[in-house]
Amino acid sequence: MSLYLIAVALLMCSGVPGLFLRRRGGEVAAGLMSLGALMGLTAAVRVLAGGPVATLVLPPAPLASAGLLTLDPLAALFALPVFLLTACAAVYGIGYWDNHQEHARTLRLVLGLLAASLAFLVVATHALPFLLGWEGMTISAFLLVLTEDRLPEVRRAAWLYLVCTHTGTLALFGAFALLSAATGQWTFSALPLGFAATGRGTALFLLCLFGFGFKAGIMPLHLWLPSTHAAAPSHVSAVMSGVMIKMGILGLVRLLCWIPDPPFWWGAVLMGLGALSGVLGVAFALGQHDLKRLLAYHSIENIGIILLGLGLGVLGKSTGHPVIQVLGFAGALLHVLNHSLFKGLLFLAAGSVIHATGTRDLERMGGLGQRMPWTSGAFLLGSWAISGLPPLNGFVSEWFIYLGSFRTLGLFRWPWSLLVLTALALIGALALACFAKAHGAVFLGAPRSEAAGGAHEAPRSMRVPMGILAAGCALIGLAPMLLAPALDRVVAALGEGTRVQPLAPLAHLPSLSLLALVLLGLAFLLWRWLRPLDPGRTMPTWDCGYAVSSPRMQYTASSFADGLVAGLRWALWPRSRGGKVAGCFPADHPFESHVPDLVLDRITDPAFQSLSMGAVLLRFLQGGKVHIYLLYVLLTLLTLLLWMVA
Amino acid sequence: MSPDLLIALTILSNFVLVATSRVNKAIQIAVVQGILLGLIPLAMGLGRHPHILLMVAATIAVKGWLIPFLLRRALREVHIPREVDPYVGYTVSLMLCALGTGLSLILAHMLPLKGGTKEILLVPAALSTLFTGFLMLVSRRKALTQVVGYLILENGIYLFGLLLVEDMPLLVETGILLDLFVGVFVMGIVINHIRTAFDSTDTRHLAELRD
Amino acid sequence: MSLPSLTVSTQWVLHLLTLLLLPPLIPGLINKVKAVMAGRSGPPVLQLYYDLAKLARKQAVFSRTTTWVFLAGPVGTVAAGLVAGLLVPFGHTGTPLSFEGDVILFAYLFGLARFLTVLSALDTGSSFEGMGAAREVAFSALAEPALFLGFAALAKASSSLSLSTMLLGSGLGSGRMAGPLILVLVGWAIVFLAENARIPVDDPNTHLELTMIHEVMVLDHSGRPFALVLYGASLKLLVLGALLMDPVLPRAPQAWQNWLLFGAGLGALAVAVGLVESMSARFRMTKVPQFLIAGILASAFAFLLLLV
Repeated sequence: MSLYLIAVALLMCSGVPGLFLRRRGGEVAAGLMSLGALMGLTAAVRVLAGGPVATLVLPPAPLASAGLLTLDPLAALFALPVFLLTACAAVYGIGYWDNHQEHARTLRLVLGLLAASLAFLVVATHALPFLLGWEGMTISAFLLVLTEDRLPEVRRAAWLYLVCTHTGTLALFGAFALLSAATGQWTFSALPLGFAATGRGTALFLLCLFGFGFKAGIMPLHLWLPSTHAAAPSHVSAVMSGVMIKMGILGLVRLLCWIPDPPFWWGAVLMGLGALSGVLGVAFALGQHDLKRLLAYHSIENIGIILLGLGLGVLGKSTGHPVIQVLGFAGALLHVLNHSLFKGLLFLAAGSVIHATGTRDLERMGGLGQRMPWTSGAFLLGSWAISGLPPLNGFVSEWFIYLGSFRTLGLFRWPWSLLVLTALALIGALALACFAKAHGAVFLGAPRSEAAGGAHEAPRSMRVPMGILAAGCALIGLAPMLLAPALDRVVAALGEGTRVQPLAPLAHLPSLSLLALVLLGLAFLLWRWLRPLDPGRTMPTWDCGYAVSSPRMQYTASSFADGLVAGLRWALWPRSRGGKVAGCFPADHPFESHVPDLVLDRITDPAFQSLSMGAVLLRFLQGGKVHIYLLYVLLTLLTLLLWMVA
Repeated sequence: MSPDLLIALTILSNFVLVATSRVNKAIQIAVVQGILLGLIPLAMGLGRHPHILLMVAATIAVKGWLIPFLLRRALREVHIPREVDPYVGYTVSLMLCALGTGLSLILAHMLPLKGGTKEILLVPAALSTLFTGFLMLVSRRKALTQVVGYLILENGIYLFGLLLVEDMPLLVETGILLDLFVGVFVMGIVINHIRTAFDSTDTRHLAELRD
Repeated sequence: MSLPSLTVSTQWVLHLLTLLLLPPLIPGLINKVKAVMAGRSGPPVLQLYYDLAKLARKQAVFSRTTTWVFLAGPVGTVAAGLVAGLLVPFGHTGTPLSFEGDVILFAYLFGLARFLTVLSALDTGSSFEGMGAAREVAFSALAEPALFLGFAALAKASSSLSLSTMLLGSGLGSGRMAGPLILVLVGWAIVFLAENARIPVDDPNTHLELTMIHEVMVLDHSGRPFALVLYGASLKLLVLGALLMDPVLPRAPQAWQNWLLFGAGLGALAVAVGLVESMSARFRMTKVPQFLIAGILASAFAFLLLLV
């Protein structure tokens, strides 16, 4: 435990030397963060490999009961992406956001604070440290999003984030109050049997779902995610998307640890929300032409997949099927780790692209694969993993969830398995389409603008973190057996009170690895067979004989996704302007299409607009004169006094 | 000296304050009220507790000397003409103050207070001082006069606190005095800013800041 | 996972040899049937073998817009197809590898092949190939659920998740299974036609912009990569054809009889595809999604019939 706490302290102070150093501040911060991350990872891996659970008891006086920090297997599993991703982001920041950019020192300082709050939050098993860590994380993230505060859309995004996350935190206060009323203490402990079925249990579940759901980005509470991830610097977006939204999932998982007998409908609700978030998330991603908004919507989709797994596990737990329980929970937890790896990789690669071209718009990129080969390779690997294709890690976690849902086929009257299966299949196909679009529009083909034509490869400090994350994806994909014992331990914590089976034989992981190796071997052999007759690339694309082709004639990202967006327009409600050409030789005609966010732009924004217009009617009360306001205070006091005596 | 006498003098000072039209006079009355309030605990027979003696000394020092000193200094620096023009005329203010005092007497009788409070005039005095302070805040235009009104408001709360002074002495005292000091401090800044922004301390101009 | 024993090692070898050598025969057979129906003599049945040998000797030409991703498409298609072929049984002859849940791996291997093909098409930077790629991803988003729902129905019927048990366990024998099985096969037939770019979804002989989906994605390949593309397409025909045939084939007592039945079944499938291609025209592009949704509904109904 002390190792872990030293790691937290190192993370917190990593940005401080940079405040005083003229140069090299980034290197020092990255060095301290990496050192802290190594120590934290060691502590976490030790616990995951079967070491003893470490506990720290904080003095009770200010907390009304003994405060606890516990490094149990669940915390250790969530600590892995925290340390890994924040260290990678710090190293990346050396090249990406050096001292020449605005607010570089503040960025490093607050990034360290964010990392420390996340690491602190993960081990908190008492309401007060949990909420302290939660608030620390929220405020640090807010400050980080505001890095480029000269831009109005950045300010708007940060404000939206702050409002949404604090609304969620309010719900959490209520949830913790309910919890302590039921258990009699503020430390996280198991609830009595039968509590979950009562009205208070339902209230607890709904409050937790609302509060943690805002942070995790479950539809329809996802409204802050796209704009916030697009507005923040890319390595901050990587940390936010890879780690911060997982803290909402951590909260939900901890809730499930406290309840020994969750009712069936909890699992159904989780699965329904998961399917909704997954399918709609990827559908909205298809319509985006801003690279970072696209990646943000994919985070929502992956949270949906994690919820599908959690719902499946709860289904298994509530009906007494340990196999389904193990597969569902293991899939969800592994996907937490996997998503942080490949989403972090994707955001870092996207940051490299934005750094090189200066734009986030997909329609202005193209041909970067020849100019930025390493970044292109990293993005390809990330896309491969996030689409859930073998032999990488995204496939392994979806594999668990598929297996669990196939197992429910014979069991229930309602076809829940059908929902999970169709949702997962649809998500997989749409994610494949979306990342083919993203990778194709950015890296393949010919450059569509001068900015893309003049791009250069990222410096080594930005490539190394991408390499580390890519290696992690490949390792988990090719050798998932390494993680199986750790997952067993965490799932055991979730399934206290029920028999839990070990994971590896259930999921046939050795066969998967074998086939993955066979696949790679075959690919290698075929590649070698293709090599000898390579004459060099000097010809233009034949393309069935097009004589005069220009880069502008290539399929754009929006046209690529157009078929699917049109098919999904009942959910996406895209807006487009122009585009009707007439005559045989039409003149230049502008066309614009856009997929606004359904909840934010069509529901909450108009609702708040009409609310403020209605509030204008009450303007007369606000006279502007101090005396009137004081009169209001006096009248209220009189009313209260009279009411009390009457 | 009977505490009832001091309390009655306090209520009287409220009436005088409301009727005066000059800022200087208002500050003087506030000083008098402060000293009276400082002496009430002694008259209530609580002088045997040493910390209460300390509190009395502090109260008289702050309310009787320090805060009036600051206010007079503000008066000099800002060059306010000594006249005060209220929203509510002086006669009407006087009648409102009398109404407030009467209401306080009735309310104090009906409020569920702790039994055995000897100084039955304390609660009505507190309430009426409170109302007077509010009245001044609401009806006077000059910022300095509003500060005086705020001080009177605090005096009313202080009087309430005297009910609890035996049970929770230190808390009540420090709370009140700190509150007071902060209030005057803030008001000083506000007056300064109003002056620099509008070249006048007429708080009517604050209404221009409205959205 | 079922471990091999020495007595079935010959089955293994036969399976591998069939997987490697048989595929180019199927397009040849289909083309022969189409030619006969059109009154021509047509190319020999072994034509694709000759084509592959010729292409293997030719030099490939690459466009300067492309990168290594251009070659990943053909390589991925063949590699994924071969690994998928290891999982699917050829008739009642057993498979080299079988474990619970291999259906999912099977489906996702084809997804991998599609991903890499689409990327290699986008790599050329041509609007033509981009169009094909866009259509491909849109239609496959509809074909995937049909495939998965069929798997779900068979998994429920056979209470197993392994491909070999699912496909070979439920025969046409039991009356209760007949209805759902036919629906599943109808749905899978639609998926077969869509995935292999056959009429009525896509015309393998056309080069008109209006009608191409799969052909257009591989326009710029030449030489050895093109050989891999053609081989990969025929491999897909074999593997998906095996998937379609297996529930229908009866079980024979001897191994060589099973192999013969498999060959006959595959031949019958090729002839059927040739007949369909000769006798019907290609759908309008807007009707293709409706066709695929019909496939989804067929599979979904099969599943629902098994629920009640």
